[in-house]
Amino acid sequence: MSVRVQSDPFDMGAEVDAFTARASGAGAVVTFSGLVRDEGGTLTRMEIEHYPGMTEKALEKIRSEAVTRWSLTEAMIIHRHGPMKPGDQIMMVATAARHRSDAFAAAEFLMDYLKSRAPFWKKEYGADGETWVAAKDEDEAALERW
Amino acid sequence: MIDVLYFAWLRERIGAPKERLETGAETVADLIEELKGRSEAHALAFSDVSAVRAALDQELVEDMSAPIGGAREVAFFPPMTGG
Repeated sequence: MSVRVQSDPFDMGAEVDAFTARASGAGAVVTFSGLVRDEGGTLTRMEIEHYPGMTEKALEKIRSEAVTRWSLTEAMIIHRHGPMKPGDQIMMVATAARHRSDAFAAAEFLMDYLKSRAPFWKKEYGADGETWVAAKDEDEAALERW
Repeated sequence: MIDVLYFAWLRERIGAPKERLETGAETVADLIEELKGRSEAHALAFSDVSAVRAALDQELVEDMSAPIGGAREVAFFPPMTGG
């Protein structure tokens, strides 16, 4: 599956191997994985909420736009929800193209859109209690370059 | 009947993830005004509409003037924080 939304952890190495195996014709594979930051030791855990149904549709839309725009041979997104702790992998993207510039650009595009157009909401728990992570203006601005 | 879904702090402030209601609202903005009258919790949740985003049948709306049309599901949530 090219788009997966799950609470279970994933094995990045195994995912990249499987992705590379099905990315026939590619000369470049770019992967990115996002982790839960410990925020200088103040964050004890994180909880990610999402909108079942809309999440899958939004991710599929973002993915297919990247595939079309950069003529990717393959692209995938895995995004987790539920409880997580510092250091855990939250999500990953992988892109495969004939040349590396397209694979890098497409991966950046996927990340920029995941930040502010995929229905996930992060809540952080720490010594000071719990806080919903606020969206950043620069994340919204980042979409303008595409 | 329309299903109204809430996520993140909107869900917490309203105290429920979902409610089903009958509405005559023509736009998302009209529906928000109607919801604000339902309880103090609703009024508080929608007190700053600039901090709220909406989706109709799981498609993000560009702005709150979007017509509800025949949508069966409307969702309200804060700006998304994926990735």
